[in-house]
Amino acid sequence: MNGAARAKIEVRDLRVTFGGEEALKGVTLDVRANEILAIIGPANSGKSSLLLAMNRMVERVPRSSVEGSILLDGADVRGFGSVEDVRRRIGMVYALPIPLPMSIRENVLFGALLSRRLKNSEKDRLVEESLRAAFLWEEVRDRLDSSAMKLSGGQQQRLCMARTLAVKPDVILFDEPCSGLDPISTAKVEEAMKELKRDHTLVLVTNNTKQAARVGDRTAFLLMGELVEVDATEKIFTNPSNPRTEQYVTGQFG
Amino acid sequence: MRIPPATTQKIAKAVLAAACASAVAALVFVVGFVLAGGFRYLSWAFLTQPILDMGRAGGILPAIVGTLMMVFVAVGIAAPLGVASAIYLAEYTVEGKITQAIRFGINCLAGVPSIIFGLFGFILFVVLLGFGWSVLSGGLSLAAMILPTIIRTAEEALRSVPRQYRDVAASLGGTRWQVVTRSVLPYALPGILTGVILGIGRSIEETAVVIFTAGSAVQMPTSVFDSARTMAVHFYILAREGISNENAYATAAVLICTILIINVSAYAIMHRMMRGRRAP
Repeated sequence: MNGAARAKIEVRDLRVTFGGEEALKGVTLDVRANEILAIIGPANSGKSSLLLAMNRMVERVPRSSVEGSILLDGADVRGFGSVEDVRRRIGMVYALPIPLPMSIRENVLFGALLSRRLKNSEKDRLVEESLRAAFLWEEVRDRLDSSAMKLSGGQQQRLCMARTLAVKPDVILFDEPCSGLDPISTAKVEEAMKELKRDHTLVLVTNNTKQAARVGDRTAFLLMGELVEVDATEKIFTNPSNPRTEQYVTGQFG
Repeated sequence: MRIPPATTQKIAKAVLAAACASAVAALVFVVGFVLAGGFRYLSWAFLTQPILDMGRAGGILPAIVGTLMMVFVAVGIAAPLGVASAIYLAEYTVEGKITQAIRFGINCLAGVPSIIFGLFGFILFVVLLGFGWSVLSGGLSLAAMILPTIIRTAEEALRSVPRQYRDVAASLGGTRWQVVTRSVLPYALPGILTGVILGIGRSIEETAVVIFTAGSAVQMPTSVFDSARTMAVHFYILAREGISNENAYATAAVLICTILIINVSAYAIMHRMMRGRRAP
């Protein structure tokens, strides 16, 4: 990782509150283009709040407030045309897979069809391309019209990735995407993530420090709503600057 | 002395089963009694002939037509209005004092006796707006009567759709309207339809409101501005004034069959629409 890499997302003095409780207390950090930035930290450290602020999903939470700024390619996400534009460019994959009760194919196309009309040939291409990118195509190519609810948990999570990819976002936010998955499914999701960074920028919130070590190019450590440190993953896990980071990654708390 | 848990379990099961059985038995008895009493006097002519001699002779075709017209007007107005209100309450407002006040008002309205709606309809539609005793006045008054039920059930149905479905659609760049129409409404539809069917049932069986607002003309209604009687009103008049017990029974049988047909076909339509889209 070179220090001069272009910043895709710049978070500046971000403060988020929910019902008066501060979840983020002034966080500043950059997400570089085409990297996987892993965000680790114990419960209530503000990891998910940071993600939700990036794609403005935080605004859907009643009694929430956001101060500071988040720039996507230099433009503030809150002055950015519409909130829908922001969410199309910054996609999100949730902790638990949330397939919609429709067919696999309809799930993949669901988000894409919200903003554009597609010809049937384009639909077919988009479905295949998205499922391939999520490492799911081979497993479901023969049953695209069967219900997504019949897939296993790991397959459902990759389907949700494909659904997000079909919208063609620049950035994808992963909110503990493997928390409910077995090790083999986790490996597949991680493999897909490593491929995806060629064309996307990824932010991965994870409770699993080993996962951060495996896939993160850089890792940020959050604690009680503050950024403790952000650095190359190798450095965070072998020689962190802050003693609290060392305590966390070596499993002494959290 | 302590009764062993296995015994309390058996007793509880027996009591609950008995309660359920008596509810079903009451239903079967009432419906069976009316159908058995009514089918004897039922004939094709009864369904297709005009009401003659105040109901002593002839059939009930005008009452069937009047019923269907009035229910159509009532549900045609109350269903879209009620579902739209429910969507607004459930999806577009932030929970607070105002929504609580609105919801309290709706719940109160749902418990108001129908005769009050009859009086309201009489004053507003029949007199003030000059619609007279007509299918239109009756339908509008019935719509006002069933609106709270439809709003309440539709809102509950919308709220029972998992929050995550909304988040998914929103995070994929859906507008609030798209979130509602593509990721909430399809799954709330069965519940919404249940409310609408309850509304249909209440409109069909209602007498007080209809007598106050639509009158009880025996002629065939040719437009919504004509006075008309519904089957329920016809039955009420035949039975109360001792005009014809036979025809009263037959009318009741037709009334019950109409409700059955409407319910079954509504669920069948919904089932077709929901194929493959059922939430887990």
